[in-house]
Amino acid sequence: MTGAVTYRLQINGADHAVESSWLGESLLYVLRERLGLVGSKNACEEGECGSCSVLVDGRLVCSCLELAAAAEGTEIITVEGLSPDGTLSDVQEALVAEGGVQCGFCTPGFVVAVHDLLDGNASPSPLETKEALAGNLCRCTGYGRIEAAVERVVELRRG
Amino acid sequence: MAADPRPQVLAGGTDFMVEVNYDHRRPTAVMSLRRVDELRGWRRHGDRLTVGAGLRYVDMLESEFEVSAPALAQAARTVGSPQIRNTGTIGGNVATASPAGDTLPVLYALDAEVTVSSTRGDRVVPIQELIVGPKRTTLAPDELIVSISIPVSKGPQEFLKIGVRNAMVIAVASVALVVDGDNRHIGCALGSVGPTIIRCSEAEAMAEAEIDWDRLHLPDPRVYETFGAMCAAASSPIDDHRSTSRYRRHGVYVLATRALMRAFEPGA
Repeated sequence: MTGAVTYRLQINGADHAVESSWLGESLLYVLRERLGLVGSKNACEEGECGSCSVLVDGRLVCSCLELAAAAEGTEIITVEGLSPDGTLSDVQEALVAEGGVQCGFCTPGFVVAVHDLLDGNASPSPLETKEALAGNLCRCTGYGRIEAAVERVVELRRG
Repeated sequence: MAADPRPQVLAGGTDFMVEVNYDHRRPTAVMSLRRVDELRGWRRHGDRLTVGAGLRYVDMLESEFEVSAPALAQAARTVGSPQIRNTGTIGGNVATASPAGDTLPVLYALDAEVTVSSTRGDRVVPIQELIVGPKRTTLAPDELIVSISIPVSKGPQEFLKIGVRNAMVIAVASVALVVDGDNRHIGCALGSVGPTIIRCSEAEAMAEAEIDWDRLHLPDPRVYETFGAMCAAASSPIDDHRSTSRYRRHGVYVLATRALMRAFEPGA
């Protein structure tokens, strides 16, 4: 791959063409600026904050650290893909109900990270939750409300 | 790569993309290793492990790997966050050659050998000869790191790291200690306290002579702190935005002392 590149990305089950993109563009940039998927947020651009978290082939990653052109052939799920019909997912509802959303900027990244955590571990210990969310920064809540939201989802899914 | 050495090699991208995002690197051609599954695995043959360059940190946390290479698993667990561990690779850690690369002190302590490949053939390079300075290696433009060979664990191993929080932190100082009970050998190496990883040969030799190797005990408890002090003396830290040299040297003393205590119980 050289210079300006054209490629296709599979995002939330749909096929997207990306045309004449600069080779160095991150997946986050392509999602937001070329494809209008602005749920993933851009803050640090160095993998520190987690606000751009997405799933690539089922793995939680920072989309700012993925070269978009090299993500061709992968299955990408963004925060938009977790509530495709426009209603809130159970994780999003719990974050709202527990006061885990304040300024809201980090929320999409947390939503993706919490879905990923609970898909792999239906009943995480408090320590496992903290470790799983260690790559997502929130400067408002102090994390207690976010951890409470995780517990709420665990309870609701248990039924 | 041989036909056109310009393509930049993209492994996990956790260092590469930061440089691109901050406009410190403008790639005009990239060779992504994402789909090269041959680089992803690891295998054990006899008393050696061959670790594929594309093995991600998260893969090193699997229990089977941890049993064979406990310090490498410990180091992998301290890297970044789940997002970073799902992405970054051991080959990328070696190629980036940062003095703060978390797996590097372990690889130095284990005398790791790196297999590097090009159309001219393969060469096997001891890690300390591959890395020659901060973010500097002897890799030629057409060469690719393929795998890393280390001995299977034959005794206690520790990796200890200091940073401002438990997650998402670049080491202020780190210590790797590996014990080979069969050959009565200790390997110890320091991260983030010099231009490259530093081996503590004098401290290793001193401790080897003091260990009761039949019981894996340390009869003279004063040796723990002597070991820590000798490791601290071997360090060569600088003052920077992450820490002072004084704190780093003290950190090495504490971590190296603690690592030896965890590896060898006191008493005859």
